[in-house]
Amino acid sequence: MQTRLATPRPAIGTGRESAPAEHVTVKSRAEDLSFYYGSVQALKGLNIEMREKRVTALIGPSGCGKTTFLRCFNRMHDLTPGTRYEGRIMLYPDDFDLIAKHVDPIEVRMRIGMVFQKPNPFPKTIFENVAYGLRVRGLRSNARVEEEVEKALRRAAIWDEVKDRLDSSGLSLSGGQQQRLCIARALATNPEILLFDEPTSALDPIATARIEELIAELRDQVTVIIVTHNMQQAARVSDYTAFMYLGELIEFDVTSKLFTNPSKKATEDYITGRYG
Amino acid sequence: MQATTSAESISRIRADVNRRKVLDQLFVMLGLLVMFSALLMLAVLFIDLVREGAPRLNLDFLGSFPSRKPERAGILSAWVGTSLIMLTTAAITMPIGVAAAIYLEEYAPKNWVTAIIEINVTNLAGVPSIIYGLLALGLFVYQFNLGQSILTAGLTLSLLILPIVIVATREALRAVPRPIREAAYALGATRWEVTAHHVLPYSMGGILTGMIIGLSRAIGETAPLITIGALSFIAFLPQSPFTAEFPFVSFTWLKDSYTAMPIQMFNWVSRPDPEFQVNAAAAGAILLGMTLLMNGIAIWLRYRFRKRINW
Repeated sequence: MQTRLATPRPAIGTGRESAPAEHVTVKSRAEDLSFYYGSVQALKGLNIEMREKRVTALIGPSGCGKTTFLRCFNRMHDLTPGTRYEGRIMLYPDDFDLIAKHVDPIEVRMRIGMVFQKPNPFPKTIFENVAYGLRVRGLRSNARVEEEVEKALRRAAIWDEVKDRLDSSGLSLSGGQQQRLCIARALATNPEILLFDEPTSALDPIATARIEELIAELRDQVTVIIVTHNMQQAARVSDYTAFMYLGELIEFDVTSKLFTNPSKKATEDYITGRYG
Repeated sequence: MQATTSAESISRIRADVNRRKVLDQLFVMLGLLVMFSALLMLAVLFIDLVREGAPRLNLDFLGSFPSRKPERAGILSAWVGTSLIMLTTAAITMPIGVAAAIYLEEYAPKNWVTAIIEINVTNLAGVPSIIYGLLALGLFVYQFNLGQSILTAGLTLSLLILPIVIVATREALRAVPRPIREAAYALGATRWEVTAHHVLPYSMGGILTGMIIGLSRAIGETAPLITIGALSFIAFLPQSPFTAEFPFVSFTWLKDSYTAMPIQMFNWVSRPDPEFQVNAAAAGAILLGMTLLMNGIAIWLRYRFRKRINW
């Protein structure tokens, strides 16, 4: 187990990541981010940078706040009454504070997409599932919609499987296909950041492998933040990893470094399976 | 604990399971008994009505106006009146009930004001129907001067079934899973878009079911209609909703006076001439048939929508 974890993901060895700090621009930065459910503080002053067109994994034991953190990025918490953000989440290049009081969460969600834990396609046709985000954005031309839907389905590596049945229900697909459909749905709107909330926890190993491959391919196109409680998955798909514990960010580093040579004792204990 | 695979211990397990399953089967029998006695009661009632009303159950009966002579009396004005009242009630209840339910379920902040409204909506479903009749008499007939019209009857019955429709619609809306709503929100949809494009279409089966169950309650209501002055003897039909000239539809029938199936039945039952009892039974069989038909449509709709959407 430990030796497998220690092996760096091949992509890290391609050289692109060897000196990440120089080439990579920052897409988003959380500054002293705290979050409250009523009086319960779930996130405690996080400071972290998300690199543009890289995959950042959030790991940590259940209840550590990683999903809570992820859902701050598209203001999903605004749907729950009694929640409160503190601090800032800056989005670059336009210095836009996602969680500022005056910022409309809908504007944020127009720019940041999300894929959920359980595949949740709409009970509509495959085509309409992918087209929905475009329609919300006011795209009326059928030709353009068709073009964008095909592009998104290709990017989500599901085009070949569904091209002959775009009119059948999204619910008629298998679980893994449904999740890739959901990825296509999110990609169709060309988000600047794509959030994944444990996207494979409801899938079998083969479907999981396909999703992981897909995330690896997306790396060049979009900034990805992925929550996972599968450490091997974090090691396989991510460029950077953040380890969280009890609402705090314990350690953030290049994935290969964090898994082979963590600088904090708590991180080492967690990745070697001593708790969690 | 010990090596329990001996033949003796296995037979002991079986005996134990069988003993406990007796209770299980006992409950199944009790359940069937209760269910069948309820169904039997309804069937006996229906068959009795049909048998008693058999001599009058024909097309003449449906096509004739009421008359002083029992053998010539029919329910033409009654079933036309009932149909038009149901149409009016549905047209008023559907938008108001669904909008109220959407507001309470999707928009209203969860505070004590909403809590009181919710409790009251539920309580209103239990208010005796004659109270609605009195309210409508004061409000619609005298205050708004709507008179003893189909519109008044529709408004009154709408008030009566609104709580039922609101509660049923809220349940249907609540059945749309949160992840589906979140998926739409995450794509940048507004609350109205999430409601109109997703929540409402996906819960349509449940909403229509609630609507029809409400209407089948309204179709048999007698007390509020008597209170607001339904006539029991009408030998003419309301004006036709369709006209020969543009715009081809007319709403003058809303202001016409009317009678309804339960009113007609009530009138016949209260007559001394036993011949009229036959008419009452025949009208009762038809009214019950109309109610069963509406419930049948509700079941079919629910089945259709469930088949298309299974989460």
